[in-house]
Amino acid sequence: MINSAALTDLIIKMADDELIQGHRNSEWTGLGPVMEEDIAFSSMAQDKIGHAWALYRILYEDLGGRHPDAFAFLRPEKEFKSSHLVEMPNGEYDFSLMRHFLFDQAEAIRYESLQDSSYEPLRLLSKKVKGELKYHTLHANAWIMQLSQAGEESYNRMQQALNYAFALAAGIFEPSQEYEEVLIADKVYPGEKVLYQRWLDRVYPVLVKASLNLPEISDIVPVYGGRQGIHTPYLQPLLKEMSEVFNLDTEASW
Amino acid sequence: MSSQTITIAAVYESLAHVMDPEIPVLSVVELGMITGVTLDTAAVHIKMIPTFAACPAVGYIQHNIKTVLENELGIAVNVEVDKQEHWHSNRMTAAAREKLEAFGIAPPKVLTGEVSTEIMMEVPCPHCGSGQTYLRSPFGSTLCRAIHFCKACGQVFEQFKPLE
Repeated sequence: MINSAALTDLIIKMADDELIQGHRNSEWTGLGPVMEEDIAFSSMAQDKIGHAWALYRILYEDLGGRHPDAFAFLRPEKEFKSSHLVEMPNGEYDFSLMRHFLFDQAEAIRYESLQDSSYEPLRLLSKKVKGELKYHTLHANAWIMQLSQAGEESYNRMQQALNYAFALAAGIFEPSQEYEEVLIADKVYPGEKVLYQRWLDRVYPVLVKASLNLPEISDIVPVYGGRQGIHTPYLQPLLKEMSEVFNLDTEASW
Repeated sequence: MSSQTITIAAVYESLAHVMDPEIPVLSVVELGMITGVTLDTAAVHIKMIPTFAACPAVGYIQHNIKTVLENELGIAVNVEVDKQEHWHSNRMTAAAREKLEAFGIAPPKVLTGEVSTEIMMEVPCPHCGSGQTYLRSPFGSTLCRAIHFCKACGQVFEQFKPLE
């Protein structure tokens, strides 16, 4: 029997990252710099929120959790387990793209590792999501290459975005203080430390190809806290906006 | 018609009348969305899967299946999402690929392994057949489509994405 509190913790942090990143992606709808990019971020928003919903659904159906809508929209901020990376405002396109690249490569690594999970619902979902994420990483890799080779200003901005986003992205891999060992022992997933290493190995060649300089890894201080319910000042306003319609009538049938 | 006289084949025949809301030339059977049909004395039970996990049309398709089948077969119909199976583009029938192409959407290549970057990017034009095309964006008007451009005939076209 797999420890259900540990599973719940893992699934909430994965789902909250998907939901919040999905919401941030949706903020580009109507504002993308070119039509294709507007559509791309809108589509990725839809994918992310769909994946969050599927994860909340596992909590609801298999682990005694609340209904996905109520869980997503009615929870207080401190009960969210999203990483600080996804909470950050979109800023300019350089940061949005760099975050998209670092986040989606991390997602791809995570879902690939779940192909062998001992927990069936995650294993089944990961097979579905893994294929879909290929389009996200294809998009991200293409734009990292494109903008890093588009002249001095563009290159400098991508490098700055990388310098800024890297420690935040490393924070995705914040190990659970309580459950990390049990999840690894139960073979649910290989653990954050292993995923972090795989992620570095995955993003490095793309960044090298784009001639971007990876910050010195040993100097990186990952931005932790999100998984423990400690958040940036940007999360609360996002939650308020995201749940505004839902909260007009929480019992409404859509 | 009572359930005793309904056959699995008749159910599939009826399912062939349920078209995809986003690609109206293809039925849910041709798209490979149906994973199981069972019959008991009181009802028909259909198991189906969405093409993409976040497909917003799933509820609508489930409703369409139920309505069409109940109307044509005169028996209660249950439709549920099959969690054991996931959709991949090889589930699409050969006839479906041809219909897609005739509809102006490039069909997904038949996969022999995982989806590679080349498979995502190298797509012949459904209008003129030229291979001189490039990927404009891996995201299109629906989650299951990408946007390409044909340099030979100068047209933008959509592709139904290959999915493993």
